[in-house]
Amino acid sequence: MAPILQVKNLKKTYEGGFEALKGVNLDIEEGEILALLGPNGAGKTTLISTLCGITIPTSGQATVGGYDVQHDYRAARGMIGLVPQDISLEPFEKVKNTVGLTRGLFGKRRDDALMERLLKQLSLWDKRDSKVNELSGGMKRRVLIAKALIHEPRVLFLDEPTAGVDVELRKDMWEVVADLKKQGVTIILTTHYIEEAEAIADRVAVISHGEILLIEDKDKLMSRMGRKQLKIELREPVSEVPDALKGYDLELADDGAALVYTYDTHADRTGITRLLADLSAAGIVMRDLSTRQDSLEQIFVSLVKEDAA
Amino acid sequence: MNTYAIWSIYRYEMARFFRTILQSFISPVISTSLYFVVFGTAIGSRIQEVEGVSYGAFIVPGLIMLSVIMQSISNASFAIYFPKFIGTIYEVLSAPVNFIEVVIGYVGAAATKSLFIGLVILGTASLFVDLSIAHPLAMLAFLVLTCVSFALMGFIIGIWAKNFEQLQLVPMLIVTPLVFLGGSFYSISMLPPVWQTITLFNPVVYLISGFRWAFFEQSDVSVALSLLAITGFTALCVGIIWLIFRTGWRLRD
Repeated sequence: MAPILQVKNLKKTYEGGFEALKGVNLDIEEGEILALLGPNGAGKTTLISTLCGITIPTSGQATVGGYDVQHDYRAARGMIGLVPQDISLEPFEKVKNTVGLTRGLFGKRRDDALMERLLKQLSLWDKRDSKVNELSGGMKRRVLIAKALIHEPRVLFLDEPTAGVDVELRKDMWEVVADLKKQGVTIILTTHYIEEAEAIADRVAVISHGEILLIEDKDKLMSRMGRKQLKIELREPVSEVPDALKGYDLELADDGAALVYTYDTHADRTGITRLLADLSAAGIVMRDLSTRQDSLEQIFVSLVKEDAA
Repeated sequence: MNTYAIWSIYRYEMARFFRTILQSFISPVISTSLYFVVFGTAIGSRIQEVEGVSYGAFIVPGLIMLSVIMQSISNASFAIYFPKFIGTIYEVLSAPVNFIEVVIGYVGAAATKSLFIGLVILGTASLFVDLSIAHPLAMLAFLVLTCVSFALMGFIIGIWAKNFEQLQLVPMLIVTPLVFLGGSFYSISMLPPVWQTITLFNPVVYLISGFRWAFFEQSDVSVALSLLAITGFTALCVGIIWLIFRTGWRLRD
């Protein structure tokens, strides 16, 4: 099956000469959740804006559901729901009216049952007659999500949806996302919160300086992250790994003042107990022990650093 | 044609108007009454008649045009500038709509509001002076065309404006003088010949003249020319808006 979203060599150079996208290629399968990670100014929002029609690409091509976002913009945009990064809502309008406006803009007849279901799911039903400016920041964010979903999109862009919102909303939103995934909606999410990507994404893409550095299955990334290191600080430094311990994946560190043991946390046996027993059998005295684990965040940071270098 | 989108934008814009319906109604009533007190009574007592029409009645078409033109521009420019200012424009830009649908929605609502105000002024004026409208349909047609064309112009100003100052600039510096010098309160024939010629370069003259003809069958320029001028102006505005949407100028990055 063709990917629901295809981006081919998409470039965007702003008027001032800033190259926000330097030839992005991206295929997204229907029904998957992709987390797009990247530092500020990496091009996340520009990419989303270009796909949604808010920004005009300099060159390249993008299709949604097979429809070109520029030439078949009606069909392409009709499939897309967008939750923008900034809270942009008309302050004096009632919640239900502003949500209803979006459905109309997408050429769909008003659907009260859907409106009720959606507002209830987002805990907005009690606030349906409130004006937007009477709502808290978190509630406004919910309104934006409701607006993005009211026209039943097949592809949903969530641009930093949980930036600055409380834990409760974040959890609610993850539930909504899980629910949408069940309905087969494709979700592209940009976020600063690595844990968010860990919690809900199927795949993770890292973007920096307008280029996609990595797209990988989250589980594969997680297994890379599953590697853990045990650092054993020694009372007496050694010049090489003692012969009795050659069977272990050990490396010297701190000029021989420490040994580093790498192991897989997902494995049945990590070998730690045996290693420690063998260490004391070899007469090596330990001063301290510590463990360290690569997180998605570290992978992300090192990738972005490499890119900057 | 995405008619749901047109209707949604139109209704949403009209809702803003209905939220402040009292203000929308009262302010033209008060300003019209003031004009009648100042122009009609104070000046009118010295100028009895202009080309066979009592001065009080003579200024009614100009007065309506003055308000309708200003209202159309400010309604439409604000309607599109405000979403740009608060960021909600993203919604229209990312919706499956073309420029015609967006324009009909926004400009239609802006024109409806100023049409309403024009009719309120007409109603208020009829309390002060005896008014007979020679060609009611033509009067309405001129009024509607004026509302639409200047709402289109306002729409362009709203897209062009980068801040609230610029939003006020064109109406204040260009439109107000053109309207005042366009024969709202006098007949062009009352001017010295040189000024009569200069005045003919003012597009508002053609509007007011045509509109006044619909009331009193008396005009500064021919009705056909008036109609041609306003139609041409409307077409020009539509063309500019088409170009703006095609290039994304000041709308899309």
